[in-house]
This record gives sequence, C-alpha cells and structure tokens, in this order.
Amino acid sequence: MNSLLPLIKNETLKMMKKKRFYVVLLVLLILVPIFVYAQMKIAETNREKFNSDWRLAIRQAITDNQNSLQSARVPEEWKKYRIIYIQQMKYYLEHDVNPQEPGGVSFTREFMDNAATLFIPLLIMAVASDIVSSERSTGTIKMLLTRPVRRWKVLFSKLIALLMFVSLIVLSAFVISYLISGLVFGYKGFSIPVFSGFQLNGSDVDLSAVHAVPQWLYLLMQLGLIWFVSITVAILAFMVSVLVRSTAASIVIMMASLIAGTILTNMASAWTSAKYLFMVNLDLTNYLSGSPAPIEGMTLGFSLIILAIWAAVALFISFTVFTKQDILN
Amino acid sequence: MSMQAVARENRELILSVEHLKKKIGKKWIVNDVNFDVRAGEIFGFLGPNGAGKTTTIRMLVDLIKPTEGKVSICGFNVNRDPERALAFVGSIVENPEVYTYMTGWENLQHFARMQPGVDDKRIQEVVEIVRLDQRIHDKVKNFSLGMRQRLGIAQALLGRPRLLILDEPTNGLDPKGIKELRAFIRTLADEGMAVFVSSHLLSEIQLLCDRVGIISQGKVLAVGGVEELISGKVPYVIWQLFPKTQGIKLLHEEGIQLVEHAHEVLDDTLIAGLREDSVVTQMDSERIPLLITKLVSQGIQIKDVHTINPTLEQLFLDMTEGESIE
Repeated sequence: MNSLLPLIKNETLKMMKKKRFYVVLLVLLILVPIFVYAQMKIAETNREKFNSDWRLAIRQAITDNQNSLQSARVPEEWKKYRIIYIQQMKYYLEHDVNPQEPGGVSFTREFMDNAATLFIPLLIMAVASDIVSSERSTGTIKMLLTRPVRRWKVLFSKLIALLMFVSLIVLSAFVISYLISGLVFGYKGFSIPVFSGFQLNGSDVDLSAVHAVPQWLYLLMQLGLIWFVSITVAILAFMVSVLVRSTAASIVIMMASLIAGTILTNMASAWTSAKYLFMVNLDLTNYLSGSPAPIEGMTLGFSLIILAIWAAVALFISFTVFTKQDILN
Repeated sequence: MSMQAVARENRELILSVEHLKKKIGKKWIVNDVNFDVRAGEIFGFLGPNGAGKTTTIRMLVDLIKPTEGKVSICGFNVNRDPERALAFVGSIVENPEVYTYMTGWENLQHFARMQPGVDDKRIQEVVEIVRLDQRIHDKVKNFSLGMRQRLGIAQALLGRPRLLILDEPTNGLDPKGIKELRAFIRTLADEGMAVFVSSHLLSEIQLLCDRVGIISQGKVLAVGGVEELISGKVPYVIWQLFPKTQGIKLLHEEGIQLVEHAHEVLDDTLIAGLREDSVVTQMDSERIPLLITKLVSQGIQIKDVHTINPTLEQLFLDMTEGESIE
C-alpha cells in the first residue's frame, strides 16, 4: 500500500538529524592530517638517509629483510611475508618503478589499505550500531510500528538508508584522504604502475601472474573491495542492533568481533577452519597487493563468498526477528 | 434491552476484541478478553498494575502478537492485515515518544509520510487542533511533558482515524490540561470517532467514558455503561449525630448497616472530609427522611447528613478486592 520511498526519506532524514555522519567526517578531517604528517616525516628521513635516491632505500630494505630470514628467532609464518616482500621489491627495482613514490594517490592507496579492516568499520559503527536499537531504547519504535506499514518495510527502509550512508562514508574516506594528502604530496600519481598478482608457491614467489596496474585502476578496485567489506560489516552491525536493545552493547559486540579478527589473523595459520569466520576475511585489499593469505586456502573469491554468506544470514535473522518480535517495553 | 443499548447496537462496530489471549513464558498474561467499541463511544479500560492492561493495548495495535483470539478494527484483522487495520487507528501507547532531535513539525512530517493522504495542510490542521502552533517549529527536546502529550495526540489524529487509542492520556497534564483534554475527547467522540482510553484514575474514567471494561489478572471482570454498572450499588450515607453513641444505637435498631472500615471503601477525598463524629452507613437514601424523624423524636441532634452516590472506584475496589491500582 505504502511505497517505500517516503520511508527511506524518513530514515535518511533521521540519520542526518542525528548528526552522526558529520561526526564521521570530522573524525576523518582530524585524523587524516595526522597520518599525512607522519608520512611526511618518513619521507623526510628517507631523503636525508639515502640522499633522495629511492633505489638505495629499497636495496636497504631488501637487505634488512634477507638478513632477518636467516635469523632463527623469526617465526616461520612471518618469513613467508618477508619472502614475498623481498620479491616484490626486487621486481620494482628491475622495472625501475618507485613503489614508495610520494603523492596524494599513493598515500590514499596506502592509507585505505591500512584502514580497511578496523578504521573504516569503526566509522561504520557510528551510524549502524544504533539504527534500530535507538528506536527501541527511546520508545519511538512503538510509534513506528503502530503506523499502517508492514514491519519488513520499516526495517528495509532502515537498511537502505544505512547502505547509502556506508557507501558515502567509504567514498568520503577516499576523497578526504586524497584531498588532504594532496596538499602536501601533490595530487599526481594516477598513472604510476602498481604490480599486482604475486603468488606464493611453497617458499617461492610465483611471478607468472604479476602484471602492472595503473594506480587509478588499483584505487578503483580497492574502493570496490573496501565497499564490499563495509557493506558486510554494516549488515552485521544492523543485525546486532536488531537483536540488542542497548546501543552501547551493540557497539561492544561488533568492535570485539572485529578486533578478534585482527588478532586471529595473526594467530590462526594453524587453525584452518577459522577461515570461515567473517572477521578474518575482511582484509580483501591484501589479495590485491599480493600479500599471502592469513590462512591456507583463502583466496579473493573465497573471502567474497564467505562475507556474502555471513551478510545473507544476518539479513535473514534481522528480518525474521524484527517482523515476529513482541514489543514489550 | 434498554433504549440506550438499542441505540448503541445501531452504531458501527469499530473495534472488536474476541477471546484475546497472550501467554508469555508459562503465564497467561491476558486470558480470554472480550469487548467491543462502537463509533462515537468513549470506552474506558481499567485495571490494576500487572492486570494485563498494557499487554492488551499492545495487542490492539499489533505491537504484540496474540497467542489466541483476534482483534478487528473496522472489520480488518490487526494481526493479519496490519496495513489496512492500522490505517483506521491513531494511538499513543504509554508515553508519546517522539524524536527529540527533531522539531515538532518534523516529527509530524515523519509520521505523515508513513500513511497515505496526509499533506502539510492536514499537519497544520492538527497542530491547530491541539494548539501547538506557537512552538511547533521548536526542537522537541525543549517541549514540556504536556506539550509532548499534545504532539502525541496531533500525531495520532494525522490520518483522520476512526479509532483513537490513548494509554494514560492525562499523564503529565495539569488539572486544567486534563479538563481540556476531556472536553476535546468528547468533541472527537461526538464527531463519530471511537475512543479507547486506559487510565488508572477512576474518577477521570467515570467523568469521561460512556462504557468501561474492568480487567484483573488477565480477565475482564465487567463491561458495560458506567451508569449501568454502578446502578446496582447501594450508596453510602454519612451522618453527623450528637450524641454519637445514641445515634448509632438507633441506626442499628433500624437495621441500618454501619460501615466499620470506611477508609477502605471510600475515595480519599471523602475520607479526608470525615470528622470524628461522622457515622458512615450503607443504605438506600429513600429511607433518610423517616430516619431523621425518628432521630429527632429521640432528641438526637442531626448536624449533617449526606449521600455519597456509588462511584466507579467503589465498584472497582469491590471487584478487584483491594488490589492496588496503577
């Protein structure tokens, strides 16, 4: 009877009026300059140390890592990462491409790589975790559900509004980090090639699939993957918000599982079934840059499917619970 | 069947509750509740704390799904066809919860978008009806409880409902506000709206409602017109006699029933007005003139005598056997 559009408009307006989105933007506007400053300091020391010759810096990094491979104190799992790193750096040297060439685009790529698993999900929590629970804790849910609108429509409009804001947050993170870092490093660097497709085969690095990708394309792929991760995280937070009445509890639950994910990624190489948990599959951009998967058997396709399954189950639970539940308080 | 009852039968049936039951855990919170409300009628719903009042109201508006039985509004099953049934309903369940970070106007727009056929003109109309036009563009967090209550009513009226459900509507209103609200609800009913009001203030229900339902322990104890329900009750008569002991003796000889524990059955305001020499009796007021003659002939002075007509509170206290009302 009622079309969904006015409902989505309602949810969007509420989201704007709650000013959470502005808080997210503010956090980005404050934190990104700090990271930019740190990056600037690193670039400065490198320039002093190696006389502004990036080849020297790369060679030094390769030697350092090779030395550490000999050390018995370095765990075997870590050596895997270093082998790949050494191979990548050698590849860059051979092709005469500076992988650390400073620039707004490179900074954005690097920053988003690091932000994908924890920082961006945290920003998403700000809008997702109270989207349903706040209606319950303030009692407005009673007003919402006594209108002549089916419950699934109410929930669906919230979901759509959430997905729009999540997309906006991901996009803003990219844009803000590019614009701010560009002030310092310049806005160039879209066409710099980035090598992708390194694969680990036993202890060797398989270079057969390596190909150069212009940085703009790389950034675009990164954006897509981070968006996908963010949507999954948002949908899970959405479910928790339906199930838990307290907003604080819903934030804690989500943050705990995300942090557990980063801890598990560092430990779980022995426990292979951990790869079915959503939180160890969040680092999708890893597959682009060619770092080895945290757990044997994980590929980009595998992670995408796992995340999609988790999201689908979360949606199913959210809608089933929300449409059946008695509003008792 | 009385004339009134016949007239009632001719009015349109708006809300009908049949064999409504709700089990939460192992307990039947609501156990076989039946009543109906017709157009132009104000129905009062009374019950002590924990009697199943809130659960029943929530089942009327599809916030809680009944375990058994059904609620129909204008012929549509609320549980199976909420989109159609709830289109006829405006409601405030418990407190009028609105979004405090939005203005009054934005809140009304928000709820207007959730039902068809409500435009800005209609919003302006209801704002004027509840007389909030001065402050409607202020943030709700700066509203007083009374203003929020009025905003809640404005929200409930938006969709031109056939049935208005008000849960404890006088909470947070001052005596003047309560009087106004009462007059306002009466106007709505006179225009043909069916109004369902729950309250723990019995005098308020008695003043406001045409019919009442009394619920206790999940069951409806009585449903009927206020007059009809209390007409069977014997009124109280309060005497002030001197000398008191002689007076009591005479009343006793005449077979008049003296009320020993007056404070348990009378309204608080009446108890406050009782004096040391007051004698509370329960009797037919027809007998007063004859008793006066007898008292006078025996030289007993009568300082005061007055009749307390039976109230809903009396009926309620009798029926629920002194359970606390809330």
